[in-house]
Amino acid sequence: MSSTDQPDRPGALRRAVADPMSRRRLFAVAGGAGAAATLLAACGGDDDTTTSGGGSTSTMESTTGMADGDALAQFGEGDVGILNYALTLEYLEAAFYADVAASGLFKGADLKLIRSFGRDEAEHVVALRDTVRAMGAKPAAKPRTEFPLDSAEEVLDLAATVENLGAAAYLGQAPRIESGEVLAAALSIHAVEGRHAAALNTLVGESFVPDGPFAKPADAATVLDAVQPYIA
Amino acid sequence: MQQDSRQDVGPVAPELAAVEVAPCSRGAAIAKAALGAAGLYGALAAGPLVRRAFAQGGGGDVEILNFALTLEYLEAAFYDRALEQVDLGDEVREFAATIRDDENAHVDALAKTVRDLGGTPADAPTVEFPFSDEAAFLELAQTLEDTGVSAYDGAAPAIRSKELLATAGSIVQVEARHAARVRLARNAPPAPNAFDPALNQRQVLRAIQPFVAS
Repeated sequence: MSSTDQPDRPGALRRAVADPMSRRRLFAVAGGAGAAATLLAACGGDDDTTTSGGGSTSTMESTTGMADGDALAQFGEGDVGILNYALTLEYLEAAFYADVAASGLFKGADLKLIRSFGRDEAEHVVALRDTVRAMGAKPAAKPRTEFPLDSAEEVLDLAATVENLGAAAYLGQAPRIESGEVLAAALSIHAVEGRHAAALNTLVGESFVPDGPFAKPADAATVLDAVQPYIA
Repeated sequence: MQQDSRQDVGPVAPELAAVEVAPCSRGAAIAKAALGAAGLYGALAAGPLVRRAFAQGGGGDVEILNFALTLEYLEAAFYDRALEQVDLGDEVREFAATIRDDENAHVDALAKTVRDLGGTPADAPTVEFPFSDEAAFLELAQTLEDTGVSAYDGAAPAIRSKELLATAGSIVQVEARHAARVRLARNAPPAPNAFDPALNQRQVLRAIQPFVAS
């Protein structure tokens, strides 16, 4: 039950999904008592907040990519496929930061930031992997990765690219997630990827909000194409 | 536990007691939670805000959108005030203006969507911000942006429309980016947690209550 990987920050997603009795806790993945879980519990509603059509129309820009089925099929069906896709990206990010930290290219505040982001990605890996297992499925394998580590400048550029892509990848999947608890966890991770992206953009002299007031999603095919060069 | 304390909340102020709460709709539960927060954390300040955010009714997504709209009004006003009144360095001034524009774009989009859904957009709250210098501004900005991220992440799983969920996701990522930018300017960790915490409305109201005058 207690995590041997991360003793002081147990994977909330894992904890939540591992305990089928606690719907409420699932929403607490991302911290405090989730409003949605509390509301649903209060009203005895069903726990599936995402399948009703809603019938709402809106002039807000629709950002849902709906052509992801093929690209995601290799990772499994439904939420498992999305989780394994996310797990693959997190493996990639974690490996990248581990290589960068070991490269000797950085020290001081920059190295501290890189290590901190690397720890976040490693925690995402553990949480996603254990969630897939808890759903009775097989987690995606850790990809073999290789990154160009020639200069600090290039590495930071690549880090910014990868993080912006990661944030866009989560955003692209959020509306496709069926389970409310998986959605809550994905949103929680998504925000952290957005923070990483903004920090790195600032470090490399790019805008911290490159898409303007509304972040743009990326579909799985686009994301997988973009990371392909780093998968050996 | 939260549910119990919410149900136990009685009329703590006449203006709050006047708010009608139906027995068991999603919107009613949100309103009850908000009223509970008002009662616990400052009825005079949060009451009118809560009424603005929730009295329009409409239920479901409209109420969630109005709650988000109220927060975005607060954020936009915050940066407006800072840009007008505080002596900011060039770098801070530049990103504060960018963030202000983003928050105004969020306000416009949310208000329009509420109208398109047949609801009445919440009014802008009257706000007060206790800052006089750049450091105090940045400290409050960090609190507001971190709270904004957590508010969206807490509310988003309850959104029924996939389209609105996508938009909320698109906004929350931008709030997270704002938070990181402000934090960098303060030499604070841009991503202090591996999992960004979610807050429910009660917790959000508690966080913003000090800044709402009416």
